[in-house]
Amino acid sequence: MIHSMSTTTISDILTPPVHPTGLNGEEQMDTAFDDIKGTVGTQTVDDPKMSAHGVDVFYGDKQAIFDVSLDIGNNEVIAMIGPSGCGKSTFLRCLNRMNDTIPTCRVSGSMSLDGQDLYDPSLDPVLLRARVGMVFQKPNPFAKSIYDNVAYGPRIHGLAGNRAELDDIVTESLKRAGLFDEVKDRLDSPGTGLSGGQQQRLCIARTIAVSPEVILMDEPCSALDPIATARIEELIDELRQNYAIAIVTHSMQQAARVSQRTAYFHLGKLVEVDDTNSVFTNPQHELTENYITGRFG
Amino acid sequence: MSDQLSQPAKGAPERTASDMSPTTRQVTAGLARRYAAEKRFRLYGMFAIAASLAFLALLLISIVSKGLPAFTQTYMQLDVPLELETLGIDQQTVDGLLDGSISTQAIRRANFNGAIRQGMRERFPEVEGRSATRALYKLVSSGAEFDLAARVMDDPSVLGNRLTLWLPSDDEIGALVKQRADLSAPDTLVTRLDDQAIAWGAELKDAGDFDVRFNTTFFKNGDSREPELAGIRAALVGSAYTLLITFVLSFPIAVAAAIYLEEFAPKNRWTDLVEVNINNLAAVPSIVFGLLGLAVFINFFHLPRSAPVVGGIVLSLMTLPTIIISSRAALKSVPPSIREAARGLGASDLQVVFHHVLPLAMPGILTGTIIGLAQALGETAPLLMIGMVAFIVDIPQGVTDSATVLPVQVYLWADSPERAFTEKTSAAIMVLLAFLIAMNALAVMLRKRFERRW
Repeated sequence: MIHSMSTTTISDILTPPVHPTGLNGEEQMDTAFDDIKGTVGTQTVDDPKMSAHGVDVFYGDKQAIFDVSLDIGNNEVIAMIGPSGCGKSTFLRCLNRMNDTIPTCRVSGSMSLDGQDLYDPSLDPVLLRARVGMVFQKPNPFAKSIYDNVAYGPRIHGLAGNRAELDDIVTESLKRAGLFDEVKDRLDSPGTGLSGGQQQRLCIARTIAVSPEVILMDEPCSALDPIATARIEELIDELRQNYAIAIVTHSMQQAARVSQRTAYFHLGKLVEVDDTNSVFTNPQHELTENYITGRFG
Repeated sequence: MSDQLSQPAKGAPERTASDMSPTTRQVTAGLARRYAAEKRFRLYGMFAIAASLAFLALLLISIVSKGLPAFTQTYMQLDVPLELETLGIDQQTVDGLLDGSISTQAIRRANFNGAIRQGMRERFPEVEGRSATRALYKLVSSGAEFDLAARVMDDPSVLGNRLTLWLPSDDEIGALVKQRADLSAPDTLVTRLDDQAIAWGAELKDAGDFDVRFNTTFFKNGDSREPELAGIRAALVGSAYTLLITFVLSFPIAVAAAIYLEEFAPKNRWTDLVEVNINNLAAVPSIVFGLLGLAVFINFFHLPRSAPVVGGIVLSLMTLPTIIISSRAALKSVPPSIREAARGLGASDLQVVFHHVLPLAMPGILTGTIIGLAQALGETAPLLMIGMVAFIVDIPQGVTDSATVLPVQVYLWADSPERAFTEKTSAAIMVLLAFLIAMNALAVMLRKRFERRW
């Protein structure tokens, strides 16, 4: 568990200088790009929590994601790996419509939560984000007290009827995020005063306080040291009992440790997705194999 | 730090140029020059600081040394006979006043001036002749009768008796007493008074009938033609009302505009145009806003002339772009991660702005607001256009009363011929600066309250 730091560094070195959208210079850059005809592996699961089908994403004229189809099952952790700029974060952010705020971003294809279309005009993005929570790469607690950080979501959604209920939600969320014992004496002190790992767990507590159905995590450990990373990973494993979790990570070890399924993205395409074990032990696609063995390109 | 670096490490073996690498040689050769450049730059910086501090000190010393005498006022002790005949009050009125059946307002217009003149004549019985007595009367301020009237109305039982009281003296003799000038040598004095008047002054001084006290009149009165009666109160209250209007109008409008432009408006040609125009508006000469106020608010909407409400509206127009620009900068500097965090929890756009972005941007917004208001406080030109240059004696009671403001008062007094107005001018500048410092202190306090780490 301790070497996650070093793997981040290795994967950074391995990451080729690809163009973020994969359009310009794709011919000379990567002949293998044309070889990605479709996705290898099993994209679907029985009774999916979230489901994406034939998703294309554009930033202005540039296409960031090409025809990605992927299911996220109940009570599973799906890891999304791939070199920088491969579209895994973009895909993740489409799952709770965080890309709506980028005016030039366009999404086509279908995405659904419990069979309901995410991009249906009748679906409110505010409601969607209450059901699909998100944890970001950099810990970003609000400039408020620890208590108010966790209580913010329940407050704006009116989840607690009174102060006692709110107290319960905050305590419970902090406990489940494994932070309660460390901060129970200083719930009124600012959330920004915590260490990096504590801040990230606070952000997770803040997310689960809203009781979402799915949690999206965008490289949640990239700013943390190995010990903090280990705690977050344990937490992810526990949270799996109640939530569907999609995690983007640069650390292949982390993907192998926490996930049940792994999806490998490359230049905006979903190259391979399957059980984590088989992806790491027996990758079907050449690109996947090159990436996970550290022999890229 | 740099000094340590520039020294070669002690005890290190001497290295000759030949066994250095080319890089080391090159860097070593350039080091001295680099440190010299840094040292020079620090010197320039220190010189710049010293020069600006010196100018600031020069300004403050000159203003304070000129303005301090205005905060004191010379009073003169006089024994005033309150004869009913002189005052023009009959015995019936006095009885009525004493048993309370007649309001003291009835004697407001009694001839108190006559009583004071009588007192002066009794104090200097040797003075004869029309012009000499008139010169004698001029030693007492023409406002002294109001002080006497106030005393009598306070306690009507003194009517018919004598009353010894301290009355404000005229500005010329008052200035000489304040300066501790030697009244026995009239030739050495710089004054408009003639030798006779100075001799009377010397006699009063020797008798201990002059006293220099703190000048409460300066903070209680409005403007006056007589320097010893002129006060800053009307201008101070006028400034406060004008700034209040400016703040109430410009702060919410500017912050709302900044929030809309920064957080909600689509980025297209129209919003670009709006942005360019706001930036240009900040550079428009202030007198143009005054002309606009005159043409639109006074001539078209018929708002009252010389009133703080019009001044406030005009200054709001001037202040708006300043606050909008700084508020937008403050909003822009809030880290996007905070917005994402709130949005990711399901906060609506409005909640993101009002719960998270605005509180974090508040210190910056307040700084911009205080800069804008400080500008507005010191502004004169546009207010001249809308008639706030008027001679205002009464303290304005509301935003629609005629008023003037501190910088205009400074301008008016600087223009007045009486010598005593010179010190009033400097004193008014000191009051203006004090107002500004108080405003900034308030802003710093508010900033401290809003300031949070993230």
